[in-house]
Amino acid sequence: MTAPNDILLAVEHVSLSFGGVRAISDVSFDIRKGEVRAIIGPNGAGKTSMLNVVNGFYHPQQGAIRWQGQARSRMKPHEAAAQGIARTFQNVALFKGMTTLDNIMTGRSLRMRRNIFWQAMRHGPALDEEIEHRRVCEEIIDFLEIEHIRKTAVGALPYGLQKRVELGRALAMEPVLLLLDEPMAGMNREEKEDMSRFIVEANRYRGATVALIEHDMGVVMDLSDRVVVLDYGRKIADDVPDAVKSDKKVIGAYLGVGQ
Amino acid sequence: MATGGEGPHAEDTFAKLLRAHATLRGTSPAFRLKDLGLWQTWSWGQVYEETRAIAQGLIGLGLKPGETIAIVGANRPRLYWSITAAQMVGAVPVPVYADAVADEIAAVLVHSEATIIVAQDQEQVDKILSVRDRLPRLARLLYDEPRGLGDYDEPGLAPLAAVAAKGRAALADPAVASSLDRLIDAGKGSDPSVILYTSGTTGRSKGVVMSGERSIRAARHTVAFDRLTDRDEALAYLPLAWVGDHYLNYAQGYVAGFCIACPESAETAASDLREIGPTYHFAPPRVFEALLTRVQIRMEDAGAVKRWLFRHFMEVARRWGEKITNGERVPLSARLAYRLGDLLIYAPLKNALGFSRVRVAYTAGEAIGADLFAFYRSIGLNLKQLYGQTEAFLFVTAQADRAVRSDAVGPPAPSVEVRIAESGEVQFKSPGMFVGYFREDDKTREAMTDDGYVKTGDAGFFDSDGQLKIIDRAKDVGRLRNGQMFAPKYIENKLKFFPEIREAVTIGDGREFVAAMINIELASVGNWAERNNVAYASYQELAANGQVYAMIEKRVDAVNRALSLEPVMAGAQIRRFLILPKELDPDDGELTRTQKVRRGFVAERYASLIEGLYGGAGEASIRAEITYEDGRKGKLDATARIVDLPSYPPARRADAA
Repeated sequence: MTAPNDILLAVEHVSLSFGGVRAISDVSFDIRKGEVRAIIGPNGAGKTSMLNVVNGFYHPQQGAIRWQGQARSRMKPHEAAAQGIARTFQNVALFKGMTTLDNIMTGRSLRMRRNIFWQAMRHGPALDEEIEHRRVCEEIIDFLEIEHIRKTAVGALPYGLQKRVELGRALAMEPVLLLLDEPMAGMNREEKEDMSRFIVEANRYRGATVALIEHDMGVVMDLSDRVVVLDYGRKIADDVPDAVKSDKKVIGAYLGVGQ
Repeated sequence: MATGGEGPHAEDTFAKLLRAHATLRGTSPAFRLKDLGLWQTWSWGQVYEETRAIAQGLIGLGLKPGETIAIVGANRPRLYWSITAAQMVGAVPVPVYADAVADEIAAVLVHSEATIIVAQDQEQVDKILSVRDRLPRLARLLYDEPRGLGDYDEPGLAPLAAVAAKGRAALADPAVASSLDRLIDAGKGSDPSVILYTSGTTGRSKGVVMSGERSIRAARHTVAFDRLTDRDEALAYLPLAWVGDHYLNYAQGYVAGFCIACPESAETAASDLREIGPTYHFAPPRVFEALLTRVQIRMEDAGAVKRWLFRHFMEVARRWGEKITNGERVPLSARLAYRLGDLLIYAPLKNALGFSRVRVAYTAGEAIGADLFAFYRSIGLNLKQLYGQTEAFLFVTAQADRAVRSDAVGPPAPSVEVRIAESGEVQFKSPGMFVGYFREDDKTREAMTDDGYVKTGDAGFFDSDGQLKIIDRAKDVGRLRNGQMFAPKYIENKLKFFPEIREAVTIGDGREFVAAMINIELASVGNWAERNNVAYASYQELAANGQVYAMIEKRVDAVNRALSLEPVMAGAQIRRFLILPKELDPDDGELTRTQKVRRGFVAERYASLIEGLYGGAGEASIRAEITYEDGRKGKLDATARIVDLPSYPPARRADAA
């Protein structure tokens, strides 16, 4: 039904164990270019492990990952980053002592071409380059409406804003694929609405394909094009939101109904 | 000087003023906007070109002279230019409060019959689209910031930039350009130049129609009064739809030719203020109060040395600062101590607040606390008070440099006639006086006396030095059942001068005694709670806390003691009070958009609490619906404790006035 070159990333029969614990068993799904793909499931279903496999932090014992049509061998997270995979974390992972702007600027570091010596000199071509990176970051600051905290150390910011800054850093990489691990966790409704808007706009206007883990079902069903459901490390459903919502297995997994 | 004089060639419309600036000071800065972290500047010449392009674009959209065009958004250069562009065409701009909810915006849009709306961004466009079915006359909805509006498919929706681009292209034809020139020449000063909707403190808001010549004449008087020139600079952060912004920034800026800087966003206004360092500044008392509260909180958290320095030199400032600012004679030692304080504390403090370059600062809208006012004046800020209203095009009275005090609002502004009616109401006649209320001639007649004075609705009197003192709204001044005069605002202001109290509503007209409902200030009480290890999760929880109650009780008691010293007010001491379990909010209709309490509405909404206050109960409950900014509703269900207070016997004072 889809041309293979539409597929940005394919997870093929992946299994992952930690010692005797099976985190993921034989899961396959794909992420198409330009879509918002949600991974949902009850606690401990293996969602974060799955994201860690996708960005190369974990290496599955079985199965393969195809990235833009190429089978991917053991890849490290920084290599994944260099290929355009950016992510945010379940518990915010920012440099707390640095300002919002500096944190977002770190998202540009992979795109800096001048070596660290020239960057430290802030002179000539390195300065031009920094000005260009700063412009990109300022556009992201404008996009995320965080001008007022540009110069504030992120450690002093409320949680909802820290999440926004983290999204900003991921966007600064101009990612091909944006992985979001519970972007709305711990947010109130207004913050969730803002964050949803940013995700939609990042997807639509900044051209990022998005894969997200989220517990708020309202958000997931509104935002995503397709949803894959994991339960105890197995895939139990993979479809458009409406179909997933009415899937008996999914309802069972969430409500704990025995089968 | 084409812009200074009053000769026959003096410009009588804003479009002509703009054209004059473009020739006289074409390269001087006219507007600034912080965009992507950098200040962008437009010269008067550029602004003239941009405004012409928008004007021609609006003509292309079919805007006709006399039609109204609504401007909805915050202070953005293009929105200001749209105002001038509309005036250039002979249409009437109607700025609308940007933070109003959709319903309120709809009311103004329906009443003003706007055919074109210029909105700032997606947020405003969404609000307008949600009420579009009520706006049959609306043909075009233009927006300044395209973000998020990419896939909107709504008839008539278009970016302002595209309209301006079409206008610019059309103006390349000399025939079109000279026809626009003729349109500017044809503009009459007597034509309506803007409709400013009142904030609606007392009922539904009314559209106050101004004319170009009156607006400009009034602005010329005050520009001369404060010696404003094209080297001045102001930060435009006040609501675009408020007369204060339209007067202080737009009208005075266009008359004096000074630069108007627009903040990046409402949240960054404080840091933008620091970066711009305006020379001319206005802020309502509550902003000055919030700034002082922040300074105090930060000083309490500062190290011992800093705290000592701050306390020591603030004491020096308190004793000598105002005298030095007023140019009085002071001992040399005091002058030296003040100099040192300036070096160590006052100048850095003013710099941190963005007031380093301020030459003239005004406050108005509410009474300002004596201590608060003295604080800013003592560190060398030339802060003055004015009294005004939309119908006057702002200025009715204003304090002159060096004749400033906190408890009065100054003598009549230049060329303004002020008188006190029999009833005690303040009435005025001014050069900037409004033309009338839009489509409400009966209301216009009601607001005027037979001999052409405007009734302000405020009760006041002139003090011995000729400065006007405002007591309260004339209709709010009531009497207790025993005949004692009761001026609610007078008492509320005394309460609000405490940093812990954000808002207060007193009740007493036709009652046995005075009772008060109090809103605590979350910033200062929250900080106090933190230092005293009082745990709380929400405003509601903090408001119900016993220790907070005890602290507020002390404040109310102090107000009673102060009232007991004033013969006229001694009988109006507060007998019972409670702390409101919810912050008063404009979204719930409890405050106006300019943050003034809507007394009648609050009395109705909190009727059960008032019943408790007068019923002798120890507590009272409230159930009410609350509205969030996006229009969703929630429920409030809370109980407030009621505290009884002793009264002080009226004290006799030898110098009682």
